[in-house]
Order: sequence, then C-alpha cells, then structure tokens
Amino acid sequence: MASGYEVKDYIGHHLTNATMCSTDNGIAFNEACADAGFFAIHLDSMGWSIGLGLVFLILFRSVAKKATTGVPGKMQAFVELVVEFVDDNVKSTFHGKSALIAPLSLTIFVWILLMNLMDLVPVDVIPKISGIIGEQFFGIDSHHVYNKAVPTTDINVTLGLALGVFVLILFYSLKMKGIGGFTKELTMQPFGHWAFIPVNFILETVTLLARPLSLALRLFGNLYASELIFILIASLGLAQLPLHFAWAVFHILVLPLQAFIFMMLTIVYLSLASEEH
Amino acid sequence: MNPNLTLVGQLIAFAVFVIFCMKYVWPPLMAAIEERQKKIADGLEASDRAEKDLELAQSNIAEQMKDAKAQAAEIIEQAKKRANQLVEDETQRGHAEREKIIAQGHAEIEAERNRAKEDLRKQVSALAVAGAEQILEREIDANAQSDIVEKLVAEL
Repeated sequence: MASGYEVKDYIGHHLTNATMCSTDNGIAFNEACADAGFFAIHLDSMGWSIGLGLVFLILFRSVAKKATTGVPGKMQAFVELVVEFVDDNVKSTFHGKSALIAPLSLTIFVWILLMNLMDLVPVDVIPKISGIIGEQFFGIDSHHVYNKAVPTTDINVTLGLALGVFVLILFYSLKMKGIGGFTKELTMQPFGHWAFIPVNFILETVTLLARPLSLALRLFGNLYASELIFILIASLGLAQLPLHFAWAVFHILVLPLQAFIFMMLTIVYLSLASEEH
Repeated sequence: MNPNLTLVGQLIAFAVFVIFCMKYVWPPLMAAIEERQKKIADGLEASDRAEKDLELAQSNIAEQMKDAKAQAAEIIEQAKKRANQLVEDETQRGHAEREKIIAQGHAEIEAERNRAKEDLRKQVSALAVAGAEQILEREIDANAQSDIVEKLVAEL
C-alpha cells in the first residue's frame, strides 16, 4: 500500500534490486553501489533465480531417480507430462540429433515458467517480509531493503539466458557447418555475389545478434510491464482487488506463454543454426 | 536496468542447470517413458494376438461343433435303423417260432388223434369181434372168419 510515502517512491522501491558491490571501503549494498557500473550483482535476482532453478532440478531429479516404467504416480505423471510436452515440441521443430537440445529446452521452459510465476505472488508480500527482517535483524530502514522477487523482470537474468542460447547458436553453427560454412553463410547471403559481401555481412550479423537480443528483451519487456502494472494496481487502495484479480487471471495465460515462446524460439534458432540453407 | 555481474552469474547458473538436467534429469525420465511406451506397445500387440487366437479358436469350435452334431445325427440314425432292424428280426423270429409251435401242436394233436383213432378202432374191432364172437359163439370159428373181421376193421 502507498501509505506513508509517495506512490512514485513505492513503485521505485518495488522495482529496485537488492544490489551488492565491492567498493574501496569493502563490500557495499544498494544505494552505495549506485556508481559501481558493471561490477555489481543483484542479490535478489540471483537468489530467486538460482533458488527456483534448484526447485526445478530437485523436483525433477527426485522424480527421475525413482521413475518407474510401470504405472506412474501422480507426481511422475505430471513431470512426464511436462517432459513429453517439451520433447514433442523439440522433435517437431529440431530435426537433427542432439542430446542437448531437449534437456536445454526443458530447463528453459520450466525454469522461466517458475521465475515468471513469481509474478503472481502479491507484489507487497516479499518486499514487506524482507523489510521486516531487515529492520528487526539488521537494523536497516525498511525503505532501504529491496527484494524484487521476479527474476525475469531483471534484464540481466533474461540477457544471461539469451547469451547462453547465443553461445549455443554459435557453437552449433560452427559444429554443423564448420568455420568455412559459417563464414559463407554470414557473407554470401542473401545476395550471392562477392560484391555484396560487406552488405551481406552487416545484414547477417544484425540477424544473428537480433536473436539473443529479441529473446532477452521480449521476456524482460513482458514481465517488467506486467510487474509494473501489478504494482500500479497495488497502489490503488481497495479498488485494486477486482483489477488485481483480472490482471492475475490474464497472467495465468501470459506467464506460461512467455516461457513457451522463449523455449520454442531457442529450439528454432538452434535448428536454424544446425541446418544447411 | 544497466547490465552488471548478475548477467554473468545467470549465465553460469544457466550452464550448470542445463548440464545437470542433461546428465541427471532428462535421460532417466526419457528412459522410463520410452520403456513404458514399449511395454504398452507390446501389451497392445499381445492383446491383438490374443484376440486373433480367440477368433480362430471360436471358428474351430464352431466347426467342431458342426462335425460333432453331424456325427451324432449319423449315430442316432444308425441306432434307430439298428433298433428297427432288431425289432423286425425279433418279430419275424417270434412269428416263425409261433408258427413252429403251432405246427408242432397241430402235429402232436394229429398224432394223438391218430393214436386215439387207432386205439378206438382196435377197441371197436375188438368189441365187434367180441360181439360177433358172442353172437356166433357156437357156429363160427373165430379163426375161420378172421379175414372177414380184418376186412371190417380196415373199413372202420
């Protein structure tokens, strides 16, 4: 709620990451890191993202360990449902043979979905609890305790994922086509004449770089916007209830969809990278 | 919104998670799924086979039933024929026996009658002779007239 301080501050507080950096006076946090530049780290993004990743891996690993080939239990049935869903999508899009693509897609889909689902936690819950803990145990003013719980609203997180995919795109391009083939693809398309090599190179490089960027920015933009609107709704007072409900219901669709899009585009990009045109 | 070390951290976490997933999560799950798919496929095939077997067995049964029925009908037919034959034979034999017995009876009766006749004749002749002897006691020698008596006896 926006009681006590301005709505602008309220929104700003909710959209600020808990930051840690190393300064001349040792390790510093939050406001002290304002000019740390690249060498700062978002503790909340990292914590939530790795925590949710572990939730995914531990859950799936525990099912995988005692997976039975007979009649599956409910948990195993659910996990297999997800696995088969991902596997179907991979098989229908990626025609090569790869031991990496399917588990990669599964990780991307479930991990991003879990991170996105944090969006449905009421926006005040986690900052409030964090504020109380900060005040009680560390003696910090709760206005200076930050905890942004949706990792995918942090461009670093989405860009990190997209860069991982980009590395794989380059890897598959080089592996499947060789350096010569990849260079040829970058320089002799779309115009197959030597005179167009610079133009081709610029076009193809932009195309190549646009892939991870679009992946990262799409996910970040969608989640950031939806989180921002959740916060705006939350600052409305009592009127927030129906609005919040409607927006949350809408996000039952949006959040899995964004995770699915990220996964499908990853498969498509890797499929393009490993196929001859 | 400016990129910082979080990006690197996320990249590393991503790589670690994907490798873990690739090594320890995906293969056992996929193996379980594929194994089950195979089992189900085998089961379906087995059930198809069983169904076919059943159909075959049923058609066999129907055929055998038909054969058995035909055989049974034949046996019954034969039995009936044989029974009829037996009855007929027995009847005939009975008839023959009866005829024989009757004939025997007749013959016996005839013989008895003949004997009785003979006896009677003898007695009558004896009586006649006795009567004649008494009548002609004095004047006729029984021996001299015996040829006449003989003649009479033959006429009886």
